[in-house]
Amino acid sequence: MFDPAFLVAGVLNGLLAGGIYVLVAVGLTLIYGVLHIINFAHGSLLMLAMYAVFYLWRLIGIDPYAALPVVIAGAFGFGFILYRVLIGRYNHGRDENILLITLGLSIVIDNVALLFFGGDTQTIDVPYAGTFVEIGAAFLPLPKIISFGASLVICAALGLYMAKSDMGKAIRAVAKERQGARLVGIDVENVFAVCYGIGIACLGAAACLLMPTYYVTPSSGHAFVLVAFTIVVLGGMGSFAGAAIGGFIIGITESLGGLFLGEQLGQIGISLIFILILLLKPTGLFGSKA
Amino acid sequence: MSRAVPLCVVGLAAALAWPLLVPNYLVTIGMLAFFTAFIGQSWNIAGGFAGQTSFGHVVFFGTGAYTSTILQVTYGWNPWLAWLVAMAAGGAVGWMIAVLSFRAGLRGSYFALITLAFAEVFRILANSVPFTKGGLGMLIKADPRPENFQFKDPIWIYYLALLLCIVSLLIAWQLTRSRFGARLVAIRENEDAARALGIDVFAEKVKMLTLSGAMCAAGGTFYAQKYLYIDPGIAFGVDKSVEMLLVSMVGGAGTIFGPLIGSFTLMGINEVTRWLASVVPALKNVQPLSLIVYGIMLILIVARLPDGLMSLFRRKPRHA
Repeated sequence: MFDPAFLVAGVLNGLLAGGIYVLVAVGLTLIYGVLHIINFAHGSLLMLAMYAVFYLWRLIGIDPYAALPVVIAGAFGFGFILYRVLIGRYNHGRDENILLITLGLSIVIDNVALLFFGGDTQTIDVPYAGTFVEIGAAFLPLPKIISFGASLVICAALGLYMAKSDMGKAIRAVAKERQGARLVGIDVENVFAVCYGIGIACLGAAACLLMPTYYVTPSSGHAFVLVAFTIVVLGGMGSFAGAAIGGFIIGITESLGGLFLGEQLGQIGISLIFILILLLKPTGLFGSKA
Repeated sequence: MSRAVPLCVVGLAAALAWPLLVPNYLVTIGMLAFFTAFIGQSWNIAGGFAGQTSFGHVVFFGTGAYTSTILQVTYGWNPWLAWLVAMAAGGAVGWMIAVLSFRAGLRGSYFALITLAFAEVFRILANSVPFTKGGLGMLIKADPRPENFQFKDPIWIYYLALLLCIVSLLIAWQLTRSRFGARLVAIRENEDAARALGIDVFAEKVKMLTLSGAMCAAGGTFYAQKYLYIDPGIAFGVDKSVEMLLVSMVGGAGTIFGPLIGSFTLMGINEVTRWLASVVPALKNVQPLSLIVYGIMLILIVARLPDGLMSLFRRKPRHA
């Protein structure tokens, strides 16, 4: 009924997309794992970072990949300040409250983007966009492969940072035992802000890696928010390994769903996985407890 | 409470007289305000009284809109009759989502996210299956006769919206004085304590979401009959979910008049931003402007005024 080569190409494409989803989901799961807040503005912040990459290219001519350090640093700063000014103040009490605040934030961000950037779809024409690499029977766009590799390198670097650096250790301590960390002299509020900053920095990196092959509109955030939540829930809220594996599973699901069910109905797989995981195994594949 | 009675009488008299005194476009704005207050109240029952924040209430709205429209357009039903079926369908979807999610023990943010996902599944289905005509949407043939749920004079659709709003206020009022409502509030305040007191938390929450779903579906049919057109983006899009949540949160979640006050506040903001956009050329995009204000209001309300604008009235001493 179908050509196996077709299937292989679908899986490979899904893997490549999943590589970037991993980065988006790692940011979300880090914020959840440490701060215990669900950052509903995640998709909107990604969209904002994508516009930053777009305008760096459009106005100054910086290649999206070359923009990585700038955008990551900028996103970190933005996240850090956002936490200090808004999120951190209300990061207590009922957990729906912070969800509602980040929902409000995403409404503001989406519409500020619409007001200033307009509703048009924006893309970046990189000279290597049309270059394809032949792997087996599949032709894969070169930028997607570069982005895939870069995403894995960044995730590995983040993992190393969390494992080895003092801040990384402090973050893990706070995630495990907030009170205990405070008692041994860790500035917990600062760790929260840094953590939120790192989560948003991941989005900055993802934005740079997405833009060579993707487009951005003010509603781009919507497309990613449920995907990111699904990956995180699938992998287990707060689990790094879960986010990584979840990212690949969702990437492949989306790609194969599109292949077999068509563009429209193909998206249903992600929402269904999300619902089923929440209903049947809310701890996800790797989560300790919900 | 006694202070509220004369206020209600005055408010009702003003609402009844309104369309007789103002031009047509203000009648339509009033109609929209009452309609939004009505669907906002359906959210308020879940998110306000019972404390089950939903991010996907539009799933009921769309179920109602599509059920009645399909029955009417494809099967030639009378829309009034189809309205009843639409409410039943909305209730059934509410029942299903409640049984699934509450059986799995989902609370707080998790419940919010799963409702969002359900709405998304319904949107994608409506976009893909043949009997909803997919992304093209469904048109209801214009045939303005009252027995056809279409009115020549906008005054009648206004009064119908007002009636819906009054019914929703009465339901909310009943919730504040019935044992069912008290149990929902107990669940909101502390689910485990409520269970320890012998409340069947699961059953009460299922009943609650069934009621809320049926109400919201009634709003969906009303919307379809007013605009004679629906598509998956309107009927199952995030915007309506947010709108329902917003009016309740802004006005005061878990209060009788919260959604009504919130709805009129947002209508007011809409008109002010429209005026601003007409005088400041740089702000010619009205839609994002008012949504930015909504977003900021939501943040401020949650952060500073968790009981919404209603709490401004309530702070006054009750006894002089």
